[in-house]
Amino acid sequence: MADKIHSTKLQDKLERNIWAMILMSAFVLSIGGIVEIVPLFYLKNTMEHNKHPEIVWDRKEGQSLDDWKPGDGIRPYTALELAGRDVYIREGCYLCHSQMIRPFRDEKERYGHYSLASESMYDHPFQWGSKRTGPDLARVGGKYSDEWHVRHLIAPRSVVPESVMPNYPWLAENMVDGATITRNMKGLQTIGVPYTDADIAAAAAKVEGKTEMDAMVAYMQVLGTMAKLDYGVSYRE
Amino acid sequence: METTEKYHFDVVRWFSVAAVIYLVVGTLVGVVIASQLAWPVMNFDNPYLTFGRLRPLHTNAVIFAFGGCVLMATAFYSVQRTCGVKLWSNKLAWFTFWGWNLIIVSAVITLPLGLTSGKEYAELEWPIDIAIAVVWVAFTVNFVMTIANRKSSHIYVSNWFFLGMMIMITYLHVVNSLAIPVGMFKSYSIFSGVQDAMIQWWWGHNAVGFYLTAGFLGIMYYFVPKQANRPMFSYRLSVIHFWALTFGYVWLGAHHLQYTALPDWTGSLGAAISIAMIIPSWGGAINGMMTLSGAWDKLRTDYVLRFLIASLAFYAMSTFEGPIMSIKTVNALSHYTDWTVGHVHSGALGWVGMVAAGALYHMVMKLWNTEMYSSKLVNTHFWLATIGTVIYIVALWISGIMQGLMWRDYDEFGTLTYTFAESVAAMHPFYAMRTIGGFIYMLGGVVMLYNVVMTIRQARTNPSITAEPARA
Repeated sequence: MADKIHSTKLQDKLERNIWAMILMSAFVLSIGGIVEIVPLFYLKNTMEHNKHPEIVWDRKEGQSLDDWKPGDGIRPYTALELAGRDVYIREGCYLCHSQMIRPFRDEKERYGHYSLASESMYDHPFQWGSKRTGPDLARVGGKYSDEWHVRHLIAPRSVVPESVMPNYPWLAENMVDGATITRNMKGLQTIGVPYTDADIAAAAAKVEGKTEMDAMVAYMQVLGTMAKLDYGVSYRE
Repeated sequence: METTEKYHFDVVRWFSVAAVIYLVVGTLVGVVIASQLAWPVMNFDNPYLTFGRLRPLHTNAVIFAFGGCVLMATAFYSVQRTCGVKLWSNKLAWFTFWGWNLIIVSAVITLPLGLTSGKEYAELEWPIDIAIAVVWVAFTVNFVMTIANRKSSHIYVSNWFFLGMMIMITYLHVVNSLAIPVGMFKSYSIFSGVQDAMIQWWWGHNAVGFYLTAGFLGIMYYFVPKQANRPMFSYRLSVIHFWALTFGYVWLGAHHLQYTALPDWTGSLGAAISIAMIIPSWGGAINGMMTLSGAWDKLRTDYVLRFLIASLAFYAMSTFEGPIMSIKTVNALSHYTDWTVGHVHSGALGWVGMVAAGALYHMVMKLWNTEMYSSKLVNTHFWLATIGTVIYIVALWISGIMQGLMWRDYDEFGTLTYTFAESVAAMHPFYAMRTIGGFIYMLGGVVMLYNVVMTIRQARTNPSITAEPARA
């Protein structure tokens, strides 16, 4: 039986030789990933700002992150916003909230303009999410007051009775650590987020005396407000 | 005992018992977080017990702790039996056991502390990621070298599937975990935005496709014919199943990102191949089920076989549902809703959980050379698992489709009918129902743990009643 070939010669050969089997599997397994992932790094039309450079903040020499005004364009997060984003990741917010608006009529009315790839180009890791147990947050910035966010984070059901979100009272008590945020910004700078050395040097002072609640609110309020998107322009095919 | 045995089975025994324990632990955490969505008071205002921190613990416990121990137990067991040789290195196998369990313990500590990389299904921070890579490669090397030493001329089909899983998971884990460490337990993915999303879902769907499918198909290809005591239905179908799955599954991740900022070509490509995947998946399911042809009566008396065959029914169902959900118009409705969660669980509870239970029962009897302490309890477990799974997925079908419809509903004035909060309130009964479904499933796990413990005790204290030699 052992020498009788039941299938093609190639298959028979693979079944007799573990190393050939490994090589063949490793090759076949790599195709899909390479075809789908590699072009995303070089195809120009993946990122909308290649065609519409105005959606990214054109930062002049010597400008600090404080010189940016809402609508000026996509920029890296400030120290406080980044601290808020770290809290967002730590608490697993992305497990119930998406940050990715799809180009549908109902999502436009509920959340705003559809999200662009360029809008998350400084997001390490991305926070698009996969589930909306709670609403999308991609453009939550400016929708509610700071005070609303504070009350909502401490006790969500005090402002939205139907909510199933956990209470986050400890955010108001925990302080943001300047050394940690400086270290984190340095790390992000290493992997390509355009922080200047001045941004990093100023970071610790910016978060001095701030709580995690302040940081979360700052992060919530900047989401979706960076680029001013024009409904008349087709950013994506 | 170790020296007189024909194979290195002690490490398999430990992995098997660990798997049953993790089944109970992982589903228990699942029941807790399910109840948190139904009754938010269950978060207890305690940072370490909130949904956002326990949910990664649940996914890691069921996938890596339970799933991992099942895969390592079954792979080490079946590779020795199909190759007719001992494991290449017993020491390396024990290293794999202790290493893997150490990783699980560190997950249990770090995830509730909020130490996470923030990537779904790959939350563990970089030092643990490195440990996973090392232990995984140790597992793979041992497996490959055992095959290289085999006495049989051909490599049996179950080993192809295990091997495919090992290679792919190595790719996925290494690439998706690339990150810059900024502290002992804090790192940032080196990828950002759209590329990070694509890589994450390439990982995410293939953790399902290879870890939870190819690996468990390896289990199916060994344990179904063994338990049924019949040869596999079709060799050709196995070959097609293997290569089509190996080539095709890899592409599917992109279907998680349809209508997002991922370029349309990528999502559509993912969807097209997802639909085509019905064919090999059903080929595989039919191959497993038809192995019973001419011996269907065994299902009436053999409860272990019942688990294996029912799991294939769930496999066929969820591999039909998945491609449907990847069709763009369906995905527009289903994405972001509970339907996705229900789909995952029809695969996880129905397919992975039940094929694992079947294989574990089979192995426990062989490894301790005995019959199960109570075959009635095996049947009880079977029904608890089946009913629990059905309740769970029905609840989330209803809630998921309802959510999707409520979000896009317009009234006669052309304005949105429902606020988001109204859709949340409408989910409550179904979240309660899914908690109950999950609880029933967990009870099945508890019954299994009791039965396995009693079986081992019986084998140890009274070896004489194990006289009846193993059937296959």
